[in-house]
Amino acid sequence: MPKMNLSHFEAAILFALFSSVVLGVITKRTDAERLRYGVRCFAYFVAALIGLGWLMKLGHG
Amino acid sequence: MATNVKAQAAAPPARGWYGVILLAWLVPGGGHFLLKRPGRGALLLASVAIMFLLGLMMRGAMFQPQTGDVLTTIIYCGGFLGDLASGLFYLLTVWLGYAQPDMAGHVHDYGAKFLVAAGLLNVLAMVDAYEIATGEKE
Repeated sequence: MPKMNLSHFEAAILFALFSSVVLGVITKRTDAERLRYGVRCFAYFVAALIGLGWLMKLGHG
Repeated sequence: MATNVKAQAAAPPARGWYGVILLAWLVPGGGHFLLKRPGRGALLLASVAIMFLLGLMMRGAMFQPQTGDVLTTIIYCGGFLGDLASGLFYLLTVWLGYAQPDMAGHVHDYGAKFLVAAGLLNVLAMVDAYEIATGEKE
C-alpha cells in the first residue's frame, strides 16, 4: 500500500470533509436539509481550523 | 387525537434491530442497505472506508488496550474501541498482519486519528440505523 504524506491542512480538510458527510447523512430528515447541514458542518470545521491555526501562530510569538 | 392515531398508523413497525446493528457494525452503511436506504448507506460506506484507508496509508498505529493511570486507560482502551468500531475493516486489517508501531511524526499521528475517527463515524451510522429500525426515524 502506498504511503501518503499530507500536510496538517490537507489532513484536517479531509477529516472535515468525511466527518461532515456522515454528520449530514445521519442527522436531518430530508435530502435538502442533509446537504445544507453537511455543507454548514464543513464550513464550521474549516473556520475552526483556520481560526485555531492563526491562534497557534499568534500565540507562538 | 385523530392526528395521534394517524401518526401511529403511519409509523413503521419496529423491526428486529439486532441484525441491523450487527450488519451496520461489520459493514459501515450495511444497516442502511438492509433498511432499504441505499443512497445514505453508500455515502456512509464511502466516508468510513476512505477515512480508514487514508489512516492506513498514513501508517497510523492501531491502539491496543492498556491500563495504568486514568488517562492511559481512557486513551488506549477508548482508542481500541474506536478502531474496533470500524468492523470488518479493522478485523481484516489485523488479520492481514497490519502492525504499525506508534512512531513520531504528524502524518502517523493523523493516521491513527483517522483510523479511530472512521470507527466513531461508524458508531454514529449504527445509531442512525438503530433509530430507523425501531421506527424512531424515517
